[in-house]
Amino acid sequence: MANIDLSIIWAIIIAFSIIMYVLMDGFDLGLGILFPFAPDEDSRDVMMNSVAPIWDGNETWLVLGGAGLLAAFPLVYTILLPALYIGVFLMLAGLIFRGVAFEFRFKSSRHKRWWNLSFAGGSAVATFAQGCVVGAYIQGFVTEGRVYAGGALDWLTPFSVLTGFGMMAGYALLGATWLVMKSEGHINQWARRLIPGLLFGVLAIFAVVGVWTPFIDDGVRERWFGHIQIIWILPALALACAFGIYRSIKAGREVMPFLLTMGMFVFTYLGLLVSRWPYVVPPKFTLWDAASAPESQLFLLIGVLFVIPIILTYTAWSYWVFRGKVRVGEGYH
Amino acid sequence: MELDPLILSRIQFAFVVAFHAIFPVFTIGLASYVALLQGLFVATRNPLWERLSIFWTKAFAVVFGMGVVSGIVMAFQFGTNWSNFSQAASNFIGPLLSYEVVTAFFLEAGFLGVLLFGRHKVPAGLHLFAAIMVAVGTFISAFWILASNSWLHTPDGIEFRGGHVFVTSWIDAIFNPSFPYRFAHMALASFLTGGFVVCGVSAWYLVRGREVEANRKALSMTMWLLLVAAPLQAFVGDEHGLNTLEHQPTKIAAIEGNWETQSGAPLLLFAIPDRGIQGNHFEIGIPKVASLILTHDPAGTIPGLRDTPVDEQPPVWITFFSFRIMVGLGLLMIAFAIAGLLLRPRGRLYTSRLYLRGLQFMTVAPFIAVIAGWFVTETGRAPWIIYGHMTQAQGLTPSLTGGMALFTLLGYMAVYAVIFVAGIYYLTRVVDHGMEDQIDEIERPMRPLSTTHVSFDKENPTSRG
Ligand code: HDD
Ligand code: HEM
Ligand code: HEM
Repeated sequence: MANIDLSIIWAIIIAFSIIMYVLMDGFDLGLGILFPFAPDEDSRDVMMNSVAPIWDGNETWLVLGGAGLLAAFPLVYTILLPALYIGVFLMLAGLIFRGVAFEFRFKSSRHKRWWNLSFAGGSAVATFAQGCVVGAYIQGFVTEGRVYAGGALDWLTPFSVLTGFGMMAGYALLGATWLVMKSEGHINQWARRLIPGLLFGVLAIFAVVGVWTPFIDDGVRERWFGHIQIIWILPALALACAFGIYRSIKAGREVMPFLLTMGMFVFTYLGLLVSRWPYVVPPKFTLWDAASAPESQLFLLIGVLFVIPIILTYTAWSYWVFRGKVRVGEGYH
Repeated sequence: MELDPLILSRIQFAFVVAFHAIFPVFTIGLASYVALLQGLFVATRNPLWERLSIFWTKAFAVVFGMGVVSGIVMAFQFGTNWSNFSQAASNFIGPLLSYEVVTAFFLEAGFLGVLLFGRHKVPAGLHLFAAIMVAVGTFISAFWILASNSWLHTPDGIEFRGGHVFVTSWIDAIFNPSFPYRFAHMALASFLTGGFVVCGVSAWYLVRGREVEANRKALSMTMWLLLVAAPLQAFVGDEHGLNTLEHQPTKIAAIEGNWETQSGAPLLLFAIPDRGIQGNHFEIGIPKVASLILTHDPAGTIPGLRDTPVDEQPPVWITFFSFRIMVGLGLLMIAFAIAGLLLRPRGRLYTSRLYLRGLQFMTVAPFIAVIAGWFVTETGRAPWIIYGHMTQAQGLTPSLTGGMALFTLLGYMAVYAVIFVAGIYYLTRVVDHGMEDQIDEIERPMRPLSTTHVSFDKENPTSRG
């Protein structure tokens, strides 16, 4: 047992739940961001219906990410949350309003506009806050001993605002490609038309962030311009996906753009991980510094390895149940 | 005066957790009730059971949704406001909360879909299975979260090394001394909550003469449940108190409002405890009864608050009054349960307007009792966050300023106020809409709250969005 590094296994599990969350909640948050621009109320109904049965489960991955961090890498949990205090609050408030809007909008006629606003606003705020978290993470945190020692708004910098907008563009792209897959007729056309613009926006921000990042931190520069050249394959693959999205949209494909957008997210995410590896609270703490006691990691690991496959099976099954296009007027509700 | 982040964080934690807690206690009770109704339907094929089950599933869906949204906030509270505590206790708290996610939340989410929307998609047996799994999920959830909470009151199975908790025995730590009592007390509290809500709503229908047959059945079976659960709760509560006397004597002293360690202590019915004078104003008590209850001996010795240094005393008056509110309501519940039994002959249970009106008011009683109970437990633990090991002040996030804490406190209050008003309004609409014409509605709803096709706006009750 002693020679298996539990911390590495846990890093993989947590990284997995985070990307699960980003991909799965990403497209439904993205739909929220696109919501105000939809051509008509019918399209909005279709947009909501296309994610209504699954969004709940999607958010559970966020809870798993949080609780898992506390269990396996408590230092990450106890430095990031205080550092992002205000941002976390904004994200939670956004998620609350958005979750409730989901449920109430359909029963409302008089207040529908408010629930529309609450859905779009909640999604946008939550996404922006998540993007800022990524930016703040790349920048690193001020710590003293093992606690956060910076101010309330350190996370809010021009750089993190840029990553915030980047996240909004990225989720919106996920949402639009999802909609291409799940809708038909004029809604499908509308979603298709959005994609080149969104793709361009994502790539532009991607480029600026890419050029900017190495200047923020020596470690990151060293990582990318040092001796491990193989990692350049990650941004290359992300770019290839972007190109593929453009091509497949032009070719009128329905499912491919969504899959490629997910691919783009995964490669970008991996690129982010290798920039900082093995630091989990940059710039000071590695994942071994941040780890909880081995007996705690092991105690939880036994259960998690057993349960996660079951969870994945169920998730796949529920997506299967709700497969196919959503039509106007024949919602799930 | 400087804003104190400690006080503000305590208020914030108490506020968000109390807000969250009112939904789970309801859903835990109701999930079991829905499973029972569904089981009765499968066994007897009597459509009345299905009607009741459909109706209560709708109410369940609304409350469950609010429980989820407010629960996501809870998952981050420990890190944002109590980061030193989280760091110290993570080796124990972390795995437990994670186990709650993987064993309970995913299970609930998994079968909830089938329960809410699968009525006509899957065979009745499978649907019943889903209902049972959701009910089981709520109990698993309560198991883990109450184990973590009980451990904060009566820590066991661990040792402190370098300011961090290390688990030496998972069994001792999870099944710590107060856990069995707290779990039993909380499970009964959930049944009482579900029970009184069902009774109150059934009574409301009966007073209006709506769906009489179904609601009589619901009222009758639930009153039997209450007749068992309410007295049992008093018994379990008493045992819980004895356990607390053993492990947290200061809390008992605060509950009793007892300052001087004494034998033959009186049971105070009323008093205004005052930490400033280390004594009570306006005491009204029954001699020797507190000793009798807690030690089963009228001359038994009851610990006094003055044994504890002043700065380690809990905020006595909150503990003291919350306890009396909880017990008072508990006794009232017993009275209602017994009155229901006495009214059964000649069916007056279903016709006595006075009694039915009373039941309607009792709908809120268990919610108040539950919150009061948590206030007893949690304020009685103050100033400790991990009893005897770490104080609340030590557990606070070091970088937290008063301004930040105030900002989020007001923020949560504003957000929850909006959500709560909308949710309650919506629930009343579900009840108002009733069960009369719901059969055709159940065909294809797919999300928690949209199982309820009641319009949100009063003017237009049939719009389906
Ligand atoms: C005795 C029961 C009980 C208590 C004391 C608590 N909870 Fe809870 N919680 C539940 C019983 C529950 C539940 C019945 O399992 C819920 C209600 C609705 C739901 O989905 O599950 C839930 C939901 C819920 C969720 C949302 C789950 C999801 O996404 O599906 C989270 C993250 C938490 N809780 C976390 C907490 C934390 C951190 C608590 C204390 C500090 C807490 N809960 C107290
Ligand atoms: C669900 C019902 C619950 C309610 C209504 C509740 C209520 C409260 C209240 C009123 C306080 C404030 C005490 C004071 O500051 O004097 C408090 C404190 C606290 N509770 Fe609970 N509690 C609940 C469950 C839990 C659970 C399940 C946990 C942990 C697993 C927990 C952990 C804490 C902690 C760490 C504190 C200390 C912080 C503070 O003093 O504010 N509580 N709670
Ligand atoms: C009728 C007699 C009752 C007695 C003697 C009683 C006793 C107690 C005691 C001594 C505690 C504090 C435990 C501790 O932390 O040391 C407690 C807590 C609590 N009570 Fe009661 N109780 C009664 C009725 C009720 C009722 C009717 C409800 C709700 C429906 C309720 C809900 C709670 C809750 C939620 C807590 C906090 C969680 C816990 O510590 O178990 N109680 N009760």
